[in-house]
Amino acid sequence: MAGSWERLDGRQTYDYRNIRISFGADYGCCVVELGKTRVLGQVSCELVSPKLSRATEGILFFNLELSQMAAPAFEPGRQSDLLVKLNRLLERCLRNSKCIDTESLCVVAGEKVWQIRVDLHLLNHDGNIIDAASIAAIVALCHFRRPDVSVQGDEITLYALEERDPVPLSIHHMPICISFAFFQQGTYLLVDPSEREERVMDGLLVIAMNKHREICTIQSSGGIMLLQDQVLRCSKIAGVKVAEITELIQKALENDRRVRKEGGKFGFAESIANQRITAFKMEKAPVDTSDVEEKAEEIIAEADPPSEAVSKPVLWTPGTAQIGEGIESSWGDLEEEEEGDDGGSDEVTILDSVKMETEDQNVGNHMGDDTPIVLSDSEEDEIIILEPGENPKKTRVQANSQQGKVSSKKAIRKKKKQPAD
Amino acid sequence: WAEAGQRGGARVVLPGEELLLPESAGPNAEGSAEQMLRLGSIVRPRARVVCGPGLRRCGDRLLVTKCGRLRHKEPGGGGGGGVYWVDSQQKRYVPVKGDHVIGIVTAKSGDLFKVDVGGSEPASLSYLAFEGATKRNRPNVQVGDLIYGQFVVANKDMEPEMVCIDSNGRANGMGVIGQDGLLFKVTLGLIRKLLAPECEIIQEIGKLYPLEIVFGMNGRIWVKARTIQQTLILANVLEACEHMTTEQRKQIFSRLSES
Repeated sequence: MAGSWERLDGRQTYDYRNIRISFGADYGCCVVELGKTRVLGQVSCELVSPKLSRATEGILFFNLELSQMAAPAFEPGRQSDLLVKLNRLLERCLRNSKCIDTESLCVVAGEKVWQIRVDLHLLNHDGNIIDAASIAAIVALCHFRRPDVSVQGDEITLYALEERDPVPLSIHHMPICISFAFFQQGTYLLVDPSEREERVMDGLLVIAMNKHREICTIQSSGGIMLLQDQVLRCSKIAGVKVAEITELIQKALENDRRVRKEGGKFGFAESIANQRITAFKMEKAPVDTSDVEEKAEEIIAEADPPSEAVSKPVLWTPGTAQIGEGIESSWGDLEEEEEGDDGGSDEVTILDSVKMETEDQNVGNHMGDDTPIVLSDSEEDEIIILEPGENPKKTRVQANSQQGKVSSKKAIRKKKKQPAD
Repeated sequence: WAEAGQRGGARVVLPGEELLLPESAGPNAEGSAEQMLRLGSIVRPRARVVCGPGLRRCGDRLLVTKCGRLRHKEPGGGGGGGVYWVDSQQKRYVPVKGDHVIGIVTAKSGDLFKVDVGGSEPASLSYLAFEGATKRNRPNVQVGDLIYGQFVVANKDMEPEMVCIDSNGRANGMGVIGQDGLLFKVTLGLIRKLLAPECEIIQEIGKLYPLEIVFGMNGRIWVKARTIQQTLILANVLEACEHMTTEQRKQIFSRLSES
């Protein structure tokens, strides 16, 4: 590739693919999609005797499995190198960083402690397993609720789920791995490599950080020589990315919490649209065309199978539809300013009927309001408009549904300004 | 497997079903609309029926082995009772004799090339299976090259063998695919759709940019346009054609042709 350097899917150097987090019906079950890479995380707990050397601490156990459906190369017994490497990295990231308070998992010192087990399954491999896996692990851990326990003297009472509400784990911070792929002996760098990019990369640098900009783990593989300022630059980029991803995770968790509290429907069944047989939807690839305006419009036009599935509506009965998890975006106020003129009226009427059911704080007038009201699904959509030529560290974390359309239109406006300047 | 000539049937079949076909005229008709298709028994007046992918003959019955829609093509001229097959979708390719595929040369051992075609085993390609190749005049094939060829042997018991010449000894477009360009994977159903005669997508693409494109029945497409950007656009558009409706596709093409 002489001359211009472009990524196959049209992303920029520091762009992440779309991250989508959905929760299952159980606590502690989540699916994280990073582009087409999919990881399923499940947390479970059990009362066991503690380790002798650590009598007052709970036990954490992490396990990442590469399912055979993830890639044709994954066969049982053939993937040991990659598996060991990923598991080791994940353990260092989550266990050594002490993100979970293991002391709080102790029930009776020396006798009974909680053993928390995190199982991660890779369902599809399209690059950057470690990032997706670390996000899935931390999201599942934050989402998980363990049964409540009370100790009275020598009696330990383990309350069933019906008796007392389960208790969340005590999590200090959320470490997230960010991968950097290097090409040509460190000359070129890409964030979030896809599978094809991973195959041709020279080396990989993984930095695990939390939003307080504390590095939890850093690992460089591939034997490339990196300069000091390269590593520092990567850590700065990682700081930015982690902040965004952490926000996304918080919003997803918050949404799910709210849905469960309000008694709405939750779980995987709700996040998959009815009457659609799609294992994969085509993400809006920002196909780069020669005209910048075209680029933005194409992002709008190149939509998922049913274009309304961009917001993934679930039709319950005629006239009643639900988008995502059945909750309303708490960004109703913020969205007022992001006016899009493509809030189709049909979608508004659908949303209206759902609004009757859910509490409606922000979105005031119903009929005739053509401000796009997005019932976002589990993860909140955060759009950061890429200003061409400016800070390349911003990213489009999630381009989904209306907001994707809206922001693209905004991008058009902004981009139109640039050439005129 | 062309869509043209198919009877408008949206009959969905599942693996394990026995095939019941409308019997036009048979001794056991009795006004029954469908009757088990019996092969080789009483149906001498009926012509030979070809069963295509997804169907398997089991004794004297036809069993369905894939899930999908049952398709039928009327016999062209003269004999034959038409072709039946099951239109199914999958991404994993299974080598079939006669298929033209794109392979990647993975190894070169003596006078044999090992070519990865996406199946369970790499196919073997002899160096003599190129047009104009002799023992002295070897073809210029390196490891990592893309090859467009067809299978001469492809069954489930042996490793497949492919060649880059047809039965007359001519290349006919097969052989080593040139430099540059981009190879990407799509589902098998999309390839069949694109290779159907009168495919609109191909015609529209042809109007967009000058390009070279090679379709392999193993789900691989190689595309090359003048600039890298155009190549990437084409690759992304073809991948997206899987999921787009006709209107969306027309929109995109009209936008691209404007720019």
